[in-house]
Amino acid sequence: MKPTSIEELQSFICSHPRLLPHGNKSKTALLASEGVTQLDLSGLSGMIQYTPSEFTFTAWAGTEVDEIECILNENGQFLPFDPLLVKHGATLGGTVASGLSGSGRYRFGGLRDFVLGVQYIDGNGRLVRAGGKVVKNAAGFDIPKMMVGSLGGLGALLELSFKVFPRPPAYSTVVSNFSSMPAALESLHLLAITPLDLFCLDLEPQSGGTVKLMVRIGGFPNSFSERIQRLKSYLGDGESIEGNEETELWHQIREFSWLPGDCALVKIPLTPNRVGKLDAILSEWNTKRRYTVGANLAWIGWQGPIEVLGQHLMELGLSGLVVIGPPGHPRLGVRVAESFSRRIKQALDPLGRWLEV
Amino acid sequence: MDQASFLSVLAKLYPPGRLLIKPAQLAPFESDALTSYQVRPLAVVIPETQEEVIETVRLCHLHEIPFVARGSGTSLSGASLPIAGGIVIALNRLNRILRLDPQQRLAVVECGVINLDVSRAAAAYDLYFAPDPSSQLICTIGGNLAFNSGGAHCLKYGMTSNHVLGLKVVLPEGEVINLGGESLESVGPDLVGLYVGSEGLFGIVLEVTLRLLPKPEKFCTVLAAYGTLEAAGKAVSMVVASGLLPGAIEIMDNLAIQAAEAAVHAGYPLDAAGLLIVELDGEADVVEKEFTALMEVIEESESYEIRVANDEADRQRIWKGRKSAFSAVGRLSPDYIVQDGVVPRSRLGEALGEIQKLSAAYGIRVANVFHAGDGNLHPLILFDGREPGAYERAERLAGEILRMCIGFGGSITGEHGIGIEKKNYLPVMFNEADIETMRSIRLHIDPKEISNRGKMFL
Repeated sequence: MKPTSIEELQSFICSHPRLLPHGNKSKTALLASEGVTQLDLSGLSGMIQYTPSEFTFTAWAGTEVDEIECILNENGQFLPFDPLLVKHGATLGGTVASGLSGSGRYRFGGLRDFVLGVQYIDGNGRLVRAGGKVVKNAAGFDIPKMMVGSLGGLGALLELSFKVFPRPPAYSTVVSNFSSMPAALESLHLLAITPLDLFCLDLEPQSGGTVKLMVRIGGFPNSFSERIQRLKSYLGDGESIEGNEETELWHQIREFSWLPGDCALVKIPLTPNRVGKLDAILSEWNTKRRYTVGANLAWIGWQGPIEVLGQHLMELGLSGLVVIGPPGHPRLGVRVAESFSRRIKQALDPLGRWLEV
Repeated sequence: MDQASFLSVLAKLYPPGRLLIKPAQLAPFESDALTSYQVRPLAVVIPETQEEVIETVRLCHLHEIPFVARGSGTSLSGASLPIAGGIVIALNRLNRILRLDPQQRLAVVECGVINLDVSRAAAAYDLYFAPDPSSQLICTIGGNLAFNSGGAHCLKYGMTSNHVLGLKVVLPEGEVINLGGESLESVGPDLVGLYVGSEGLFGIVLEVTLRLLPKPEKFCTVLAAYGTLEAAGKAVSMVVASGLLPGAIEIMDNLAIQAAEAAVHAGYPLDAAGLLIVELDGEADVVEKEFTALMEVIEESESYEIRVANDEADRQRIWKGRKSAFSAVGRLSPDYIVQDGVVPRSRLGEALGEIQKLSAAYGIRVANVFHAGDGNLHPLILFDGREPGAYERAERLAGEILRMCIGFGGSITGEHGIGIEKKNYLPVMFNEADIETMRSIRLHIDPKEISNRGKMFL
């Protein structure tokens, strides 16, 4: 079912006891397995309100992020949380519900920091609005933030408002090679507390045990030569990449074209001091992986049994989310605040209409 | 259980010096910074440990006694106004910085830690805590969190919520839970995001894990004076449209300039109808290039006087003037209401014009201080409480300003919260289903509605 109006959507919701919304299905592991009605929200699509001078916009949740980015780009603006899988058809609603931000979230914050308002249909079929459309708003509970990462379990997202930022006129990236993970982490720690304005700070382990540290900067290009020199002095050495090659590098990172085709894409939030233990396990399994956002987030291409990864994460006290892979059980490892989550679920969906994946 | 029996239960937990019950002891707690509302609580308790807070909440739940958590009492929306027959849990003594981890750029602090003390402690590592409400010298992290406090630098760095990674809280039923963690990322619904800004309706935060940022290497603070407030507003649109992202963009009108200047001698141009403060911050090489671009914009605007802070002391003076503006307005009027509304940035000029019209129609002076970059207005409505009906008229004017904000597609609060002050306006901004949803969340977390009862909802 692909509703194209709010009324159609409400009536569909009210006549189905168990539902899971989806957009363009770019994140396969988050779809419903058999026995649950899928609710296709991609029919409610398009920009609703965008005044470039406001640096905010409101769009239907089914809108492709690619479309949003094109419109923003024409006006010298961007989504600073660096949305993922954009060229795979990711929708705005799917991006919010899955709670995914890219490497660029390092500079100004994640998706949660840019979502301003939401309209959604709750389990009772009611249209509910929360938050607002202005950049600052403290009226009522911050339900828009709660929808980030909710995986469709709290309602069907309909309309979303975001703030955006001016797009940096140019970017440059410095790549530096390190002989080992501890050596790369040492440099990452050093960079994290410098006053340098870094847009991305990623670690990319290589097959031979070496690690690439990738640092992206943005701004007026006439500031780059001094800044790159300074960066290199912190890193000891490094190669700087500019222009199309640089754009393509980060494009591939956010589209995950660096992963083998037959693996499951898994998101693992962590902190830099927990990289070592996880990396040892992943290295043993020969897993393609990347530590982004100053090593606050690991993206891995897991080729072994998912249960095994879940067990490892549990032992390490980490949680994970399978984003691409077989649908059904995307949440791995430890879960925090389950009792609190249950209270919220009961409050927003007393009939249990929305499937919790 | 009657009140006397409940007090005897509390007396087993607290020594007499930390259980206040005498009228003279309770008087300082009868109101917060929204002084027009006063309620005498049954008692005030002053816990020194998290265990005492947890035990107090459990007792309140068991005996169905409402409680209000209070930090330094700086709320401008009456957030920590006591509840008649309830107790105040004063949290200032839970002021320990439990951990400071420069490598991971985080601090774990108790709820009663003063906002600025986090940055003071982090300064040893050249880090700081970005949210900077004007009351940051005295306000506590717990209060910042409950009301998702803002400040002058939200434009670039976001509100308190953007800087909170994890929480340890005691829910109103006495359950202690952890939300979030230490990573910038998480899996599952963003419950930290929901908790922050919940106005004390979801229990009490005991410990907070805060994100720290590297201290900006360089600041460039520019003051520009304008002959009209509209011209200053237009300059804001020009700066925003230029593609620059300043750390702060503030405007003060003439009344606010006069008051702040008299109070702290910030060096503001006294004849300006509108004063713009723009601050760039960040890496030195970046700020230098941005400064050139900013000056081109400011020079193109209608400013008749431009001044750039020469050094850090000069910059601090400029900010001291801005951050003292609310209290400085006390020099102009015996009483005033601090309003907090938001309009879309492109409608700032229109909104200011409307406020001036309303001010003239009511015959009430309104001083304006605002976070212009965010469209966040702080009209200060001046009145003399000794005149019969003056407060009511000032409140009516404040209400009209809020309705105007809603009409422009904005919000009734940018950073002060709903509290007791704006309960009547929440139903103007949101419809029944929206509010019922919020109430339902509240009731599932606090079925007896004992935590900060009477706030946010009618």
